[in-house]
Amino acid sequence: MHTKRKWLVGAIVLAALWSAPLEEGAAQDFPEFIELDSLSDLYGPVPFDHLMHLDFGSCADCHHHGTGVPVQDANCARCHSNAETVPIISCKECHARDPFSATDIREKEADLHLYHRDKPGLKGAYHLSCLGCHEEMGAPTGCNDCHVRTKAGEAFFRGGPR
Amino acid sequence: MKGISRRRFLAASLAGGAATTLSVTKEAWGASSFDGYPDGMGVLVDLTRCVGCRSCEAACNKEQNLAAPAEPFDDMSIYDKRFHGQKRRTDENSYTVVNRYEKDGAKPVYRKIQCNHCNEPACLTSCFTSAYKKTKEGAVTYNSKVCVGCRNCMVACPFAIPAYSYSSAFNPEIKKCVFCHETRLKNGQPPACVDACPQEVMTFGRRRDLIKIANDRIRTRPGRYVDHIYGEHEVGGTAWLYLSDRPFEEVGFDTTLSKEPIISNVKGFLSTVPMVLAIWPALFTGFHLLSKKQDHGHGEHAHSAQEEDEK
Ligand code: HEC
Ligand code: HEC
Ligand code: HEC
Ligand code: HEC
Ligand code: HEC
Repeated sequence: MHTKRKWLVGAIVLAALWSAPLEEGAAQDFPEFIELDSLSDLYGPVPFDHLMHLDFGSCADCHHHGTGVPVQDANCARCHSNAETVPIISCKECHARDPFSATDIREKEADLHLYHRDKPGLKGAYHLSCLGCHEEMGAPTGCNDCHVRTKAGEAFFRGGPR
Repeated sequence: MKGISRRRFLAASLAGGAATTLSVTKEAWGASSFDGYPDGMGVLVDLTRCVGCRSCEAACNKEQNLAAPAEPFDDMSIYDKRFHGQKRRTDENSYTVVNRYEKDGAKPVYRKIQCNHCNEPACLTSCFTSAYKKTKEGAVTYNSKVCVGCRNCMVACPFAIPAYSYSSAFNPEIKKCVFCHETRLKNGQPPACVDACPQEVMTFGRRRDLIKIANDRIRTRPGRYVDHIYGEHEVGGTAWLYLSDRPFEEVGFDTTLSKEPIISNVKGFLSTVPMVLAIWPALFTGFHLLSKKQDHGHGEHAHSAQEEDEK
């Protein structure tokens, strides 16, 4: 309870600080809890405590850009002005479910001016972002910590002919 | 089935036949400098991303319908085990395996091994019976129907990948990663291991694009990577490429391989001891196979001719 309130206060203060560059909707729409379930197959959905995570990082740690918070990655900051906002925040809107499909590769090839040709798929984006920090901060990194294996997942890891 | 393909073999060799029989000479190999198909696909493996979860092994097992392992794929104690004093290798029931490399004070590095799908595969050039083929999509595939079980490929492979199957004594068979060619690659899909990886350790794309991506990763993230793409030039180039933050020789790569494809060595070998090669297949399958082998030496043409053969 206490920490919750602390974070609420924290979030309000932060939101106030950032309100100028923040997308109009983004601050208000900040969902405190999100169930990540768009990929679920071998594992169940991930109950993601969005608000709790503000404890450990700023928006830009996960939303690599677009929330109006200065871009942190020096590599990205070379080209992306520090606190731009974009209408699309959700990872799954940009990171493809099926990044290596023939269509995806063909589209990339057809777009001669595309700069970002090395954008991870959604599964990669989540794990590279979430696991990276969890490893650094000693948070849980086991494969059953954020999501729990389904029956299909059990069979997958057991192996053998179907 | 077997009879038919053997007969087809015979017919093919009769056609191109008599002139070339037994003349395993340098000239026969001369024209071969094959850089791989320009549009061939590949996989870029970024070792810095791998957490060793073995999902790729499980995915391969499922896709290729292999036998279940003694311990499930989430058993991590396998990393501490040694087999004849060695880390794990590929075998008839595991076309890919992950090994762990530790060093004091550094976080462990995990490295997946599987067939690297060379541009100029040594297995292919060492095979009398044309059991191997480099497809235009980039895979090095294997046809057990024509294999006589001589195991030359196992000796020739610079990465020690082809494994002998002991489960069928009468039907010699080599088992190795085939880039999921039949089930996925030829339909434009990535191999099963790539799809399964949570960390996107593997990037699938055209080999030439992957080299650009790899160079970009090295350039835009200074200090993160060793400035080398393993497989860009090794043994004439491989479809599977690697990036690492530790010197490659520390994480199990053979860094003594030359930039020349193994085919060049085989060429030298052939000119000195032609009889070894001449006699083996003769013993096993008869002379006509030799002229088939001859076709092979012409590189690119042979590759496509071969493809048509099998259709
Ligand atoms: C620990 C990582 C993390 C942090 C820190 C974080 N977010 Fe998020 N946020 C997420 C994830 C994951 C989602 C769900 C994305 C998806 O659906 O693909 C999300 C979703 C959102 C959404 C909803 C997007 C939509 O269209 O559904 C908004 C808005 C948002 N975050 C804003 C913020 C703001 C503002 C901050 C900083 C105060 C912040 N987030 C901090 C990970 C984070
Ligand atoms: C060399 C300049 C450059 C760098 C460095 C750069 N970008 Fe970009 N970025 C671009 C360009 C140009 C576009 C326009 C779209 C395109 O060509 O991909 C863009 C577009 C984007 C977009 C919006 C496109 C979309 O997919 O909807 C995002 C998000 C983005 N960049 C994120 C990043 C991140 C994250 C980094 C750091 C890892 C980064 N950029 C580094 C040049 C750059
Ligand atoms: C507006 C589109 C967009 C949104 C929304 C987006 N990304 Fe990205 N992301 C990109 C682009 C473009 C790149 C490629 C940058 C590059 O070239 O390295 C990228 C790169 C990445 C990378 C690789 C960075 C690196 O240094 O290699 C990760 C990890 C990532 N995104 C995670 C996320 C997560 C997690 C979310 C949601 C919280 C998210 N992205 C939301 C467009 C987006
Ligand atoms: C900025 C660092 C950071 C990032 C990025 C991050 N996390 Fe976390 N996360 C933590 C920390 C630290 C904890 C441990 C909290 C605790 O133990 O109280 C945690 C805890 C969790 C938990 C609870 C685990 C448990 O077993 O209690 C889940 C689930 C979780 N994170 C999911 C995610 C997901 C999904 C993402 C990516 C969208 C993500 N995290 C990104 C730092 C981070
Ligand atoms: C820090 C939290 C976190 C950890 C730890 C984690 N994952 Fe995930 N994983 C996610 C998130 C978030 C998703 C996306 C869930 C969704 O959208 O359905 C996901 C999805 C997946 C998916 C695709 C969805 C499915 O059910 O098939 C696979 C496969 C997966 N994870 C494997 C792993 C493996 C293997 C490990 C252990 C190395 C692991 N994950 C550890 C956060 C995590």
